[in-house]
Amino acid sequence: MKPKVAFYWCASCGGCEEAVIDLAEKVLDVVAAVDIVFWPVALDFKTKDVEAMADGSIVATFLNGAIRNSEQEEMAHLLRRKTQVLLAFGACAQLGGIPGLGNLWNRDTIFNEVYRDSPALVNPDGVFPVTEHRDNGHTLRLPKFFDTVLTLDQVVDVDYYLPGCPPTPNIIEQAIGALLSGKLPPKGSVLAPDVALCEECSRRDTKPEKLALEAFHRPSEVLIDESKCILAQGVPCLGAATRSGCGAQCVEGNMPCTGCFGPTSRVRDAGAKSLSAIASMAASNDEAEIERILAGIPDPAGMFYRYSLPASRLRRKRQEAV
Amino acid sequence: MPEPFEPRIVAFFCNWCTYLAADLAGTSRLRYAPNARVIRVMCSGRIDPQFVLDAFARGADGVLIGGCHPGDCHYQEGNYKCLRRFQLLKRLASQMGIEDDRLRLEWISASEGERVRTVMNDMVEKIRALGPLGRRKEVEEEAVVA
Repeated sequence: MKPKVAFYWCASCGGCEEAVIDLAEKVLDVVAAVDIVFWPVALDFKTKDVEAMADGSIVATFLNGAIRNSEQEEMAHLLRRKTQVLLAFGACAQLGGIPGLGNLWNRDTIFNEVYRDSPALVNPDGVFPVTEHRDNGHTLRLPKFFDTVLTLDQVVDVDYYLPGCPPTPNIIEQAIGALLSGKLPPKGSVLAPDVALCEECSRRDTKPEKLALEAFHRPSEVLIDESKCILAQGVPCLGAATRSGCGAQCVEGNMPCTGCFGPTSRVRDAGAKSLSAIASMAASNDEAEIERILAGIPDPAGMFYRYSLPASRLRRKRQEAV
Repeated sequence: MPEPFEPRIVAFFCNWCTYLAADLAGTSRLRYAPNARVIRVMCSGRIDPQFVLDAFARGADGVLIGGCHPGDCHYQEGNYKCLRRFQLLKRLASQMGIEDDRLRLEWISASEGERVRTVMNDMVEKIRALGPLGRRKEVEEEAVVA
């Protein structure tokens, strides 16, 4: 009997589902080796099908997306119960990802923006989502939206992490290989190399020993020289504080690393570590001049916690201050 | 009855200047607010922004960083690195809803015991007015109930 495998998505964009397809023809080898028992985005299975399975009968579940409503929380618990090896697939499940930036707001401020204030909105009756609605003797229910976006491991026990936005084909392939061969690293491992991206960057040799920057630029403001270290050109590249394994695809496309592979195992708070590295490069000892240089980074939370706010030490903006 | 709020401050003092100043304040028998837990580090340049956020996450109401005056760093430029990180960290903290007065950087030399007293008393008063940061409770509750 082939091992049973499940895929599921929670709060995410769908890119992680596409990443599975990015395996291209190799996806056929995967399909040949495993029995996919649950994959709502591609195949018609229902929640009740999963509920009917014996506990622990799924060998591996690849769950992508953060957890930000009660339905996602329930599915995470259900799949955890049915699964032997649960993998947090991609930056959102691992660290909170882009949806994790919702932790700078809360349910009320997000709902007000989306259902009341957005200029692109047509909502003349001012309808807001509710968790329960009665109509004509019928009761309709919607999942409860949380104030705080959570990582998968803040909700259920996670066995392994596949980093990336989305995880790259090589990382996925290696993980599936490890699963099928049973040669798995210790529980809790991130299935990618535990060194910084600069280590595998093709521009590594052009990174100066000591970086002193007189200004920071956004990628849209400058022409980035394709042959030189991006950070050395004053464009914040988070490669120095980000795990490698992606093949430096963004840098190969002449764009800075934005940190989607998350931190290495030595770092507890990815954003704080990146901030520390970048800020100390400001080439001045004068308070006002440092301020001018760092003004080139207008949104530190958005830049340094782009993928990891829910996994950070503070997890979210203070509720009272939202 | 709930206990009155006593601000809890984590103070990172550099080994060569501010820690000695705090020592001097002690040997001079200066009295000041006892609200800080002082952590001695070799240099203010050693203070990783992770330490500061960790302190807030674990229940500190304020974080005070003390280093040598500009130009006086025992390691030449550790305090400048601290200053650069501090500026950006301060803006990040503000985005996370942490008020300005809760995170403070002071240059205090080994001879300025009096300055330790002034800064400490001032910071405690300002944070007393702000009230508890309440981070630890918030983080713990989220972990359980989402």
